[in-house]
Amino acid sequence: MSAQAQPVAPVIEVRDLVTHYGMRRILHDINLSVQPGEIMVIMGSSGSGKTTLLNHMLGLTRPSSGQILLLGRDIAALSGTELNNLRRQIGVTFQGGALFSSMTVGENVQLPLREHTQLDENTIQIMTRMKLEIVNLAGFEHFMPSELSGGMAKRAAVARAIAMDPKLLFFDEPSAGLDPVVSAGLDELILRLRRAMNITIVVVTHELQSAFKIADRITMLDHGQVVMTGTVDEVRAAKDEHMQHLFNRLREEVPVDADEYLQRLTEDIE
Amino acid sequence: MVAERARPGLYRFTDAVGRVTVASIAQIGYACALFFESLYWLISGPRRRQPVSLSSTAVEMMKIGVQAIPITAILSLSVGIMIAIQGIYTLRDFGAEARVVDAIAMSITREFGALITAFLVAGRSGSAITAQLGSMRISQEIDALQVMGINPVRYLVAPLLIAMLVMLPCLTLLADLMGILGGGLFCGYELHMDLSSYLQRSLDILNANDIIQGLLKSAVFAVLITLVGVINGFAVTGGASGVGKATTHSVVASISAIIIADMIFTFFLNR
Repeated sequence: MSAQAQPVAPVIEVRDLVTHYGMRRILHDINLSVQPGEIMVIMGSSGSGKTTLLNHMLGLTRPSSGQILLLGRDIAALSGTELNNLRRQIGVTFQGGALFSSMTVGENVQLPLREHTQLDENTIQIMTRMKLEIVNLAGFEHFMPSELSGGMAKRAAVARAIAMDPKLLFFDEPSAGLDPVVSAGLDELILRLRRAMNITIVVVTHELQSAFKIADRITMLDHGQVVMTGTVDEVRAAKDEHMQHLFNRLREEVPVDADEYLQRLTEDIE
Repeated sequence: MVAERARPGLYRFTDAVGRVTVASIAQIGYACALFFESLYWLISGPRRRQPVSLSSTAVEMMKIGVQAIPITAILSLSVGIMIAIQGIYTLRDFGAEARVVDAIAMSITREFGALITAFLVAGRSGSAITAQLGSMRISQEIDALQVMGINPVRYLVAPLLIAMLVMLPCLTLLADLMGILGGGLFCGYELHMDLSSYLQRSLDILNANDIIQGLLKSAVFAVLITLVGVINGFAVTGGASGVGKATTHSVVASISAIIIADMIFTFFLNR
């Protein structure tokens, strides 16, 4: 994709990303670009490396090699202050919500505003209520995160992620741990956010239904490699064997090398 | 991977020693980095419009210091009485029971006040720091702070460090007073010494250095408790059981660090 002439610069560009965990290679030469205003879904089963890729895009871990450009800037080359400034334009909704359990829902949403802006108290209160309205949690600002249901906690986390009106929004497994109805509601919310605020959104998930519903384009990851990137229709039509495994949830047979198998069993035994 | 043959015991032993050594040195380096990063944010935070929050520092001071006042008072009173009992018993052989006042005043201010307070705070607050940061780590709250552009060291560690550095010496001072008072109460009961002459005698033999020595130590203990608590909290992996393990380890490690640091300090301060 990135080789084509693009009219506008991509919001995210991942170039030749390689990463290791100890001696094991987790991601192999990942290339990915996300266009402004697009909803990109990164799909893969567990162990495919999608969470690792997300952590790299968030700048939480450093790659072995390769580059990640967010909003046109190479995150590995930024100083701590520059990275923090860049992060004000990015929102993240973590898998479990990651709301601060010692603060109320309202204080959670206010935290980025209080830390990064000089707004007066009234403005902060109004903005908090606006963000909670957007995620249908009006009136919940005095609740503690422990008093919310799973779906509500995730929506509160979305409110916190959009507090600073980000240009780029990440979702980690939005449907994890939610029932289908609540999870469908969250998909609607993602679509509504894009319509209302024209944000670029990256969603990491293993849920096919959800991916087909919200995605403009889907990137399929398997064993740390990009299997394909394409529109929903292209992905549906793909006949690749890996893809069919993912779709049909077949148990994939891992070929066994007899020598390696024996060595694994007898390693470290005297 | 290279196939490895069965290794001899000595190889494994030296291998383990090497790994532990490297890990320990890395952890000491990390602790120093955390300490200086906290100081950095304290000094340059306001200029960069990212000050260390006063209100969360005050909250930590309440938790670490003010709420520990009753238990500190009771424990140091008991230690004072205990030293008086032991002192009178030991000095009776020499017919020098009255000199127990000197023993109480010196040992409380130079040693026990700071030590008892540090143990107490390590158990109360050191473990709480690890448990809190550990559960924040596993629920991705620390990641959330980072991706919000809020530095976790500035936001979480610096307030703890300041609160600890202010409150531990204050508690130590309280422990000094209560310990000496406890000794006085027992001396009054056992030796029929009246409290005012006991206190006068204590004031006569104490000089500023004795008290400063205790306070200096308590400042060092404050840094140790905070850093050990924070490092163990940040390093938590493996869910709720990981938090439990880290909390236990944090208390044991900070009490060990306190005793060893105390020995080293006492050695150098009394040369």
